[in-house]
Amino acid sequence: MANNDFKPHPTPKLDELEKGPWPSFVTGLKRLRDSGEKYAPIANDLLGQLEHSYEERLGFWKGGTITVVGYGGGVIPRFSEVADKFPASSEFHTLRIIPPAGYHYTTEVLRKMCDIWEEHGSGLIAFHGQSGDIMFQGVSSENTQIAFDKLNELGFDLGGAGPALRTSMNCVGAARCEMSCYDEIAVHRAVINEYLDEMHRPALPYKFKFKFSGCPNDCVNAIHRADMAVIGTWRDDMKVDQEKVKEYVEELGRDYIIEHVVGMCPTKALKLREDDTLEVDNKACVRCMHCLNVMNKALSPGDDKGAVILIGGKRTLKIGDLMGTVIKPFIKLETEEDIEEFVEFCGEVIDFFAENALEHERTGEMIDRIGLPAFLEGIGVDPDPNMVLHPRQVSYVRTDDFQDELERMRAKKVGKEAAE
Amino acid sequence: MSEAAVKPRMPDETGVPDPFPYMHPVMKKNYGQWDYHFRPRPGVLCHVAKSGDKIWTVRAGTQRQMDVFTIRKLCDMADKYADGYIRFTTRSNIEFLLDKEENVDPLIEELQKEGFPVGGTGNSVSMISHTQGWLHCDIPGTDASGVVKSLMDLMYEEFVNEEMPNRVRITTSCCQINCGGQGDIAVNVQYTKPPRINHELVANVCERPAVVARCPVAAIRPALVNGKPSLEVDEKKCVCCGACYAPCPPMQINGKEETRIAVWVGGKHSNARSKPKFHKLVMAGLPNNPPRWPEVGEVVMKILRAYKENAKDWERIGEWIERIGWPRFFELIDVPFVKHHIDTWTYARLTHNHSTHIQY
Repeated sequence: MANNDFKPHPTPKLDELEKGPWPSFVTGLKRLRDSGEKYAPIANDLLGQLEHSYEERLGFWKGGTITVVGYGGGVIPRFSEVADKFPASSEFHTLRIIPPAGYHYTTEVLRKMCDIWEEHGSGLIAFHGQSGDIMFQGVSSENTQIAFDKLNELGFDLGGAGPALRTSMNCVGAARCEMSCYDEIAVHRAVINEYLDEMHRPALPYKFKFKFSGCPNDCVNAIHRADMAVIGTWRDDMKVDQEKVKEYVEELGRDYIIEHVVGMCPTKALKLREDDTLEVDNKACVRCMHCLNVMNKALSPGDDKGAVILIGGKRTLKIGDLMGTVIKPFIKLETEEDIEEFVEFCGEVIDFFAENALEHERTGEMIDRIGLPAFLEGIGVDPDPNMVLHPRQVSYVRTDDFQDELERMRAKKVGKEAAE
Repeated sequence: MSEAAVKPRMPDETGVPDPFPYMHPVMKKNYGQWDYHFRPRPGVLCHVAKSGDKIWTVRAGTQRQMDVFTIRKLCDMADKYADGYIRFTTRSNIEFLLDKEENVDPLIEELQKEGFPVGGTGNSVSMISHTQGWLHCDIPGTDASGVVKSLMDLMYEEFVNEEMPNRVRITTSCCQINCGGQGDIAVNVQYTKPPRINHELVANVCERPAVVARCPVAAIRPALVNGKPSLEVDEKKCVCCGACYAPCPPMQINGKEETRIAVWVGGKHSNARSKPKFHKLVMAGLPNNPPRWPEVGEVVMKILRAYKENAKDWERIGEWIERIGWPRFFELIDVPFVKHHIDTWTYARLTHNHSTHIQY
């Protein structure tokens, strides 16, 4: 049954966004409107409301409370404030659905998703939102449960929203990248799937986000955007294939290599020898990735791989943008035991956050408020000079147990060495 | 109806799906065993495994907010050339994964014919990572998809070519929470006026202590207005950030003229060469001017051109500016330096120049 029984809203402003070479979301919305399918009126009223926003330069959606059975979050409810003018899209909720780790899809599963969203939703899907979820946009309150059930039966679960553990993401990593320093997919799934309860039944002070990057290029922007960033790195010497270094010199010239590789090393750890081989001061190297990026055939990460853990990144609300702080300069993530130990550590951090953060306070803000030393004590991590740029420069601090702390850390170091 | 029949279906709490059933067989086989990669042309990557296996990736731009017909069209092409295997990047580009080199060119041809730009690799301007905006957000100051479409039209050539000194990552955000994140260039809403309060609604809609607590500068206090419990804002303190608007919609922060756009530069996620950086303010007070936001496009293109013409290979925008100095950067883009460029937030002193290091 063709559904053309409505008058398309005029959209002169949005029509301007159909011009130009980049794919147009407006053209896509019009395809839905002109499809003759049952969701066609929804797309028409959505376009109408959006055109209204373009005229008034205001948004017209408000939130609310919509959930699915068994869960407390994961649906983003949207009710129109101009529903009288645009009734078909008056309820336009989003289902946040957790994608396969690393965003891998077959066309078979994508087509099934499309079929479900045509049957129960608006036909509009975003791959992916800033949260890392697949965003199935535009479902009525009535259809929310059935649409979720169908996606759940397909093997997909609801993501995070509100004060909860959030949907995470990892870079392409080991699946297709020579820089990968740990199994991003395994660690991502181990951590998030262990604490799903915190995602599905929101009970934290505010959101908590993990992001997993396989190397310091940090392709999922974890340091800026995650409460806990897991960034791959290595401890031993980087690998150098001197024959391939010579090929790069041959191809790009000595001057280019000296200016753009050696000269751009942040710790002056590189030297191009007269015979066109590369000398690396691995003690000085900070694993920034620049020389590996430029000469990826010749240079690669070492064998003793693992990850740096940084905690406390977030966006502007409320005290300004924060980056994560180094909390673990290096952990191994190779064996199942390594991963289990890390998953347990994540639990301790989440627990400390749950118990100590104020309402609507992110982890980084909490650390700012209580001080990094108190946070470290709370999660059972010893202080390490890699956590800071330099030691304290202000004398206003109570230090009557300074010598005791020295003794304690010395004894720990001795105990650790004895254990090894 | 029996009780069992009306019992609701409980969810399968499966969490993050295992991606291996959806992963290209060559990638599965060589998982963690990749040797190197090269880019045969813009938009195409070829990864070579230690086993000698190769996988070609063809990357194309999308509109992110996709209708099912667009998705099916992309699926058709993936079935035809990529054995049905695709993935998406963090910036909403689609990647087709091919184990047959001879399929690369026909796929590119068909993508281009269907209007999908092939590019976004290497030293290009990739797709803008963006937020939801007027299409779906409950507190947006502008539209995301429209701003992004307008900018990507302008930067199309820089997406399909690799002619920048290094990669350029642009973000947009529809409010000052900055969900779009940090970018080499960031196009973000910047409010200019304190919230306008509908005192009739506050008591019923807002949890007042929570709203008071949300304000980053303690400018909000409870008040009785016309005999009704409401909130008032000390407008001398207010920094017009809009933080109160989300927990209390009657504190309207947006307005046709009051909501403006700001452009920031020099943010960087990667640890390559320099440490990750936050973006810095270049321009504010640009009009929120749908459907094409031409004033924003002009500023962004000016910055891109200056970067392209002046930076050294591999310098990101922020690194280039640190080398040449901010005074020279402002000269190059012909923007006067004004008092609002000087930070006044917590730790602002750390942003001052406490030396005689000055480039003349």
